[in-house]
Amino acid sequence: MRESNGAVRVGVYVCHCGSNIGAIVDCKAVAEYAAGLLHVAVARDYKYMCSDPGQELIQKDIEEHKLNRIVVASCSPHLHENTFRVATAKAGLNPYYLTMVNIREHDSWVHTDRAAATEKAKDLVRGAVRRVVLQRPLEKGRVPIDPKVLVVGGGIAGIHAALTLANAGKKVYLVEREPTIGGHMAMFDKTFPTLDCAACILTPKMSTVKNHPNITLWTYSEVESVSGYVGNYDVKVRRRTRYINEDLCSGCQECIAACVFKEPKFPDEFNQRLGKRKPIYLPFPQAVPQTPVIDPETCIEFKTGKCKKTCLEACADRHAIDFKLTDTVEEIRVGTIIVCTGFQAYDARRSPQFGYGIYPNVYTSLEIERLVNAAGPTAGEVVLRDGKTVPRSIGIIHCVGSRDENANRWCSRVCCMYSLKLAHLLKEHTDAEIFNFYIDMRTPGKSFEEFYQRLLNEGVHFIRGKVAEVTDWAADPSEEGKLVLRVEDTLLGVVRRIPVDMVVLSVGLEPHADAQDVRRMFNMTCSNEGFFLERHPKLAPVNTFTDGVFLAGCCQGPKDIPDTVAQAGAAAAEAMALIDAGYVEQEPNVAYVIEEDCSGCKTCIPMCPYSAITFREQDKKAEVNAVLCKGCGTCVAACPSGSIQQRLFEDDELFEELEGVLIHA
Amino acid sequence: MPENRGYLYFPGCSLRATGAAYDESLTETFRLLGIPIEELEDWNCCGATSYMAVDENSAFLLSARNLSIAAQQGGRDLMAACSACYLGLRKAQDYVEHYPEVRAKVEAGLKAAELKPFTGVKVRHTLEILYNDVGVAQIKSKAVRKWQGGKLACYYGCQAVRPYDEVDNPHNPMRMDELMRAVGAQTVDYPLKTKCCGGTLTGTIHDVGVRLNYILLKEAVRKGAEAIVTICPLCQFNLDAYQCEITGDQGEKFDVPILYFTQVLGWALGGDPGKLGLKRCIAGQSKIKNWFSAKQEVASHA
Repeated sequence: MRESNGAVRVGVYVCHCGSNIGAIVDCKAVAEYAAGLLHVAVARDYKYMCSDPGQELIQKDIEEHKLNRIVVASCSPHLHENTFRVATAKAGLNPYYLTMVNIREHDSWVHTDRAAATEKAKDLVRGAVRRVVLQRPLEKGRVPIDPKVLVVGGGIAGIHAALTLANAGKKVYLVEREPTIGGHMAMFDKTFPTLDCAACILTPKMSTVKNHPNITLWTYSEVESVSGYVGNYDVKVRRRTRYINEDLCSGCQECIAACVFKEPKFPDEFNQRLGKRKPIYLPFPQAVPQTPVIDPETCIEFKTGKCKKTCLEACADRHAIDFKLTDTVEEIRVGTIIVCTGFQAYDARRSPQFGYGIYPNVYTSLEIERLVNAAGPTAGEVVLRDGKTVPRSIGIIHCVGSRDENANRWCSRVCCMYSLKLAHLLKEHTDAEIFNFYIDMRTPGKSFEEFYQRLLNEGVHFIRGKVAEVTDWAADPSEEGKLVLRVEDTLLGVVRRIPVDMVVLSVGLEPHADAQDVRRMFNMTCSNEGFFLERHPKLAPVNTFTDGVFLAGCCQGPKDIPDTVAQAGAAAAEAMALIDAGYVEQEPNVAYVIEEDCSGCKTCIPMCPYSAITFREQDKKAEVNAVLCKGCGTCVAACPSGSIQQRLFEDDELFEELEGVLIHA
Repeated sequence: MPENRGYLYFPGCSLRATGAAYDESLTETFRLLGIPIEELEDWNCCGATSYMAVDENSAFLLSARNLSIAAQQGGRDLMAACSACYLGLRKAQDYVEHYPEVRAKVEAGLKAAELKPFTGVKVRHTLEILYNDVGVAQIKSKAVRKWQGGKLACYYGCQAVRPYDEVDNPHNPMRMDELMRAVGAQTVDYPLKTKCCGGTLTGTIHDVGVRLNYILLKEAVRKGAEAIVTICPLCQFNLDAYQCEITGDQGEKFDVPILYFTQVLGWALGGDPGKLGLKRCIAGQSKIKNWFSAKQEVASHA
């Protein structure tokens, strides 16, 4: 051990944690032992060190005994390190002159032998005392927060987050990939369980977004790159051209009427390809912004260059249409980012046993949303794909692509309820006989179970069983011309064949196909299913592992509209908390490079999970960005020349602690 | 594409008896494609369904002996054409790999027979080999005749696609359909393509077995098919051999050719109709004669 200059005076505090520690570790004996260690000026045991009297004990001793190093042997530093650092600082000592010894999780909770556990506590305390002697005073850094926010995705989550922030006076950029905001919610007819008209409650919010002075709305746009760190993100956004200048367009839609295609001819994506659109189109009547878009894949001018361009004539003096427009890239600086990129519906073709894409009258739930919608391709008339037959019987299959080992294993959470809603709407529209095929009914939301009861009372049939197949094979004449659902009715204990005119597949929710690209761009992590991972499933549900990047909506996992809106509000509040604080404090326990020893081998760079290390070309040295560094220590361990060190975990501190633990006195 | 080194071929009992037409047409098809197949030396029963039901361990051992010989004979995948053989061998391989208690018994049995444990032998079905290793594009380019016979219902049966999904999608297999279309045939949507052919029920509870065949035939005809194409000798035999016994609910009689997919492929690749076992088919002989006649020959689809 190094010779002390006599100035180091350590205080050791051994906590009983009620009986959590005290029952197994003889705390008094540990304190008495510690009192005899080199540099220790005072050592005490106490019932609850984290209590106010416990903290005051430390503060009093610092003054009275002129202590300048503190060791607290108690629980995990995860719980109370901050408590004791604050107590230490209040007494005028640098808070990084504190070290904690975990004699609860690492000792009393995992041992039963009192004598051995007490010896272990002594060993750990001895190590900590030797370590704390070498610890250096450290200062927290401060990073200013740019008050502007980027919201990625313009579904109900992004809309709500953007409006919440904008109403609080924050400047927001809202970026949406599609030509309009609104997301999936805009496609829905009604919402469960209240049967509110989705458009009636959503479209006012959409226009508020468009007109809000604090929101810059970029639709038909995608984030191309993100760099920087919390408070200071530099973002590039590619704004795809619509070939119509948004600033010049008045939204009169004369161009659409004037298109050389007199009738809509191409599959309409917004209507799930059930309807048709022109090459120049607005996705739906209340789209925001009200600027049409030209699809170069179907527009004759783009395909042949020989169109009469009647749309240009219609636009006349406004000159909003310009076939030569190109994509533009906007570069912005924001302090925080909220990712609300939503979900994609499970592709029912992946479960061919349900016949989607094989039998025309098998539909997905999203198709039915459009079919029952007054603004949909049939103006709300529910007819089969022949365009005229009203179905007399309908089977709704739950859990398509969900809770299925061969597809996605998770429950998509919303399908039971939207299946009930669709059953109600289809019955209302057609008076057909309706069968729901479910594995389990999951209706755990507010007023959800009551809605289920209502459907039972409305005479909708519920058959408990997973449908084995949908077939057009008729076993007897009564099945001719029908789709037959073959299912084991697990309540009756028999295999049934139920012939219907129409089959609805309640498809599940899954991450977007490009979720991994988005994850990488925003430096997030994904759960096994591919949904973006929150920092803590219970206590940090809208945070990610990257500071300043938050999550809301179905990109984090399947959820319904109320949950999505609640989460979007929470994400906005988290962003605001950073903005209003003005800065974030950075823990000083970051890695740093000893430049004269660095050989420039770049081993450390790919090891860093936070992309905090860069290579300085001019002198061929690695450099750690202290703002991005989270102090994980991976690079320190990886560096072959030992030229990366980490503050608070310096080699000499760690070796001294190890030695202290291992020389069993 | 690297040179195809060919396959070890496990004919199994069917292809040397009731399913001889499958053996002949398969051999001709591979000869025309220029892919060598070598018969597994001293092969024995695959231990298929009936054995498996009575004594699982013996069934595994029977398959294991074949697999052990295949490992010794070396270096090539083991091809089974019969779906029951494929499943028996594949299941034995799977269980030995994943269940230590099965492996212990099997290895003890092999040791008693002075055989080595097998590793790395891959069991594959003819359909999957022709689809994946040869491919639709190559079949198309090598075909010298275009199918101008009747519409086909591709019938996969149960064992090739379940429980293993390596041969094709268990719910909606389409690979045989794609191969048939590659040589110019039209195939119909056939919702019963993986339903039961009756298996050995035609021998044990005859009425039930024949009834199942009636359902298959009736639906194929309803969908507009003039022939059914199979990949399994038991499916082919059941549908073909008992067809004359069937009188439908509406008094209907059937005369539907039941073909092996290798008969259609072998013919399209320019094979001698005399070498495709066509005369062994029972039902629909007049159609078969007409469809496979040399007059149908069309120069390469150029």
